[in-house]
Amino acid sequence: MAEMMYWQAVQRAHDEELERDANVIILGEDVGLVGGTYKATSGLLDKYGAERVIDTPISENSFTGLGIGAAFMGVRPIIEIMSVNFAWLAMDQIMNNAAKVHYMSGGQLRVPAVFRIPGGTAHQLGAQHSARMEKVFMGVAGLRVVTPSTPKQAYGLLKSAVRSDDPVVIHEHENMYQFKGEVPDEEYLHPLEGSEVVREGTDVTLFGYNLSVHWCLQAADILSEEQRIEAQVVDLYSLSPLDREGIHKAVANTHNAVIVEEAEPVCGVGAEVMAIINEEAFFELDSAPIRVSAANVPMPFARNLELAALPDAKKIVAAVMAQRAAR
Amino acid sequence: MDTDARKLLLEKMLYARRFEERCFEAYMEREIGGFLHLYVGQEACVFGVMAAARAGEDAVITGYRDHVHGLAVGMDSKLMMAELFGKESGCCHGRGGSMHLFDLQKQFYGGYAIVGAPFALAIGLAKAIQLQKRDQIAICILGDAACNQGTFHESLNMAALWQLPVLFVCENNLYGIGTRIDRSTAVTELIERAKGCGVTGAQADGQDIEAVFEASKVAVEHVRSGQGPYFLELKTYRFRGHSMSDSNVYRDKSEEEQWAGRDPIQILKNRMLESQEITEEEYKSLDKEILDTIENEVVAFARQAPSPDVEDLEKYVLCDTDGDSEQGVNTNG
Repeated sequence: MAEMMYWQAVQRAHDEELERDANVIILGEDVGLVGGTYKATSGLLDKYGAERVIDTPISENSFTGLGIGAAFMGVRPIIEIMSVNFAWLAMDQIMNNAAKVHYMSGGQLRVPAVFRIPGGTAHQLGAQHSARMEKVFMGVAGLRVVTPSTPKQAYGLLKSAVRSDDPVVIHEHENMYQFKGEVPDEEYLHPLEGSEVVREGTDVTLFGYNLSVHWCLQAADILSEEQRIEAQVVDLYSLSPLDREGIHKAVANTHNAVIVEEAEPVCGVGAEVMAIINEEAFFELDSAPIRVSAANVPMPFARNLELAALPDAKKIVAAVMAQRAAR
Repeated sequence: MDTDARKLLLEKMLYARRFEERCFEAYMEREIGGFLHLYVGQEACVFGVMAAARAGEDAVITGYRDHVHGLAVGMDSKLMMAELFGKESGCCHGRGGSMHLFDLQKQFYGGYAIVGAPFALAIGLAKAIQLQKRDQIAICILGDAACNQGTFHESLNMAALWQLPVLFVCENNLYGIGTRIDRSTAVTELIERAKGCGVTGAQADGQDIEAVFEASKVAVEHVRSGQGPYFLELKTYRFRGHSMSDSNVYRDKSEEEQWAGRDPIQILKNRMLESQEITEEEYKSLDKEILDTIENEVVAFARQAPSPDVEDLEKYVLCDTDGDSEQGVNTNG
């Protein structure tokens, strides 16, 4: 087991899948010569050539559609959309074609495409480079949505996504490419469905995904040290489908739930997880579930406003304490 | 074109015309629901193109006015009609409908209801053909109004940049829903816009199937021989409204009458009558045969076919239903 950075894990998965299957291609802005804005495709143009590692023009909707059309014929494209904010331009192809063609063709056409989409609030990039949009992709039937929180997941989920016959959207985080973690030396495929308990605890469950898992872990440490509250942390790496059984099990364990999301709260991950708790585990609850979300604003530029708009460990601790006080 | 080839095209166009007219009736009788966009008047376009291409082997993709494109690639009209009736026996098991016909066996990659979206999918098909060294070309058949979407410019740029084996056929019927081309488009000779993206091409009379065929031979040969994409603009006219809900108030009666005089079936039929390749009696008997087939075989099949099972509502949403990615064995053609 070697320690590597998140971007290196993604790069390794790319390399191995390109090596394994001649039908795998990568396309996107600056993925070839430049090697990717976050280095996730570095070295691959030299190794596999311009026919398979393709620098595209800045035409998100059509190069995304190109990947989808190629997938109809069994090509397995990994389409990198440089920032999730640009994915709005490709929404027609993703939502109307990738998500729906298998269904509306009565199962004839498959879309084994992967959409790798960095996003999240990095550092003062302003409202049009800081959004999180996973809730939008979760809301449409026909797509799988995963979001890795560790280098191991980033590696294993990408490899599984490439091999899936379904369209898979992978949300990565611009602030996580330098994160370090252990990745198995041998080939590893991470399941595309499910959730993972990343910290044991009996008093409250903190649900997170991607970067918010790390906020939850920090909050759990603070709660343990300062309040002797032991929080369980659940990593919802699969956002579509969400792991109903895993959510039920966690709530049955601690009877208290806090969901942490790096996005505006309306119609979001928190709302959906709360709905599932309501449907699956209502009578297990000792307190009303709480969301810790980003503020309902376009992400501001000023650093103090940006920080105020985002969740963090302190806000999660405060939410847990408020939940207990209201009980 | 010899007599047999002409006869075959006449028969195909007439079959398509009667098929569409029967769809109209079924729609009025509420046996077909949803939207219905008829191809009446434009038949020479797709049959002329597919006569020059390899129908059933070359990859074809189009918009929502797609019934006759399905017929032209060789789809089974019974399965198409059953689809329009929303039946399990339909080509898409009743999940697609009029605007979303698919037939992978015939390399028909579908009808799409978002104007212009297939441009991007078509260059993807062409990319796959290039990458996998397949012995086929991609043919993308869309209307004039689709050329005002961003995907037109984006996709033609990439097609030219990477010399992709794709033939863009533009069926220029002069109207985008109810807006005439000169009210929506600054450069109305669409071939000029294609050239601006670096895609070569030609224009042809879309009402004369032999003119379409000759122009298509050049176009198909260009793409198949590896010279990159090609744009073929066919000047045509739809004799009916955009869809069944169309009030058709936006066209001059005189314009409609003028184009009615350029019916592609009548043009070919008259040419064959003149050269004595067919008689009026033969034509009438062919027509009756077609009408009988459509009524007694096609509509009868669709009518008696079972509806989809409600238990199967969620079938086809995802392929790997258990999320086991190792199962991912691609069966795409």
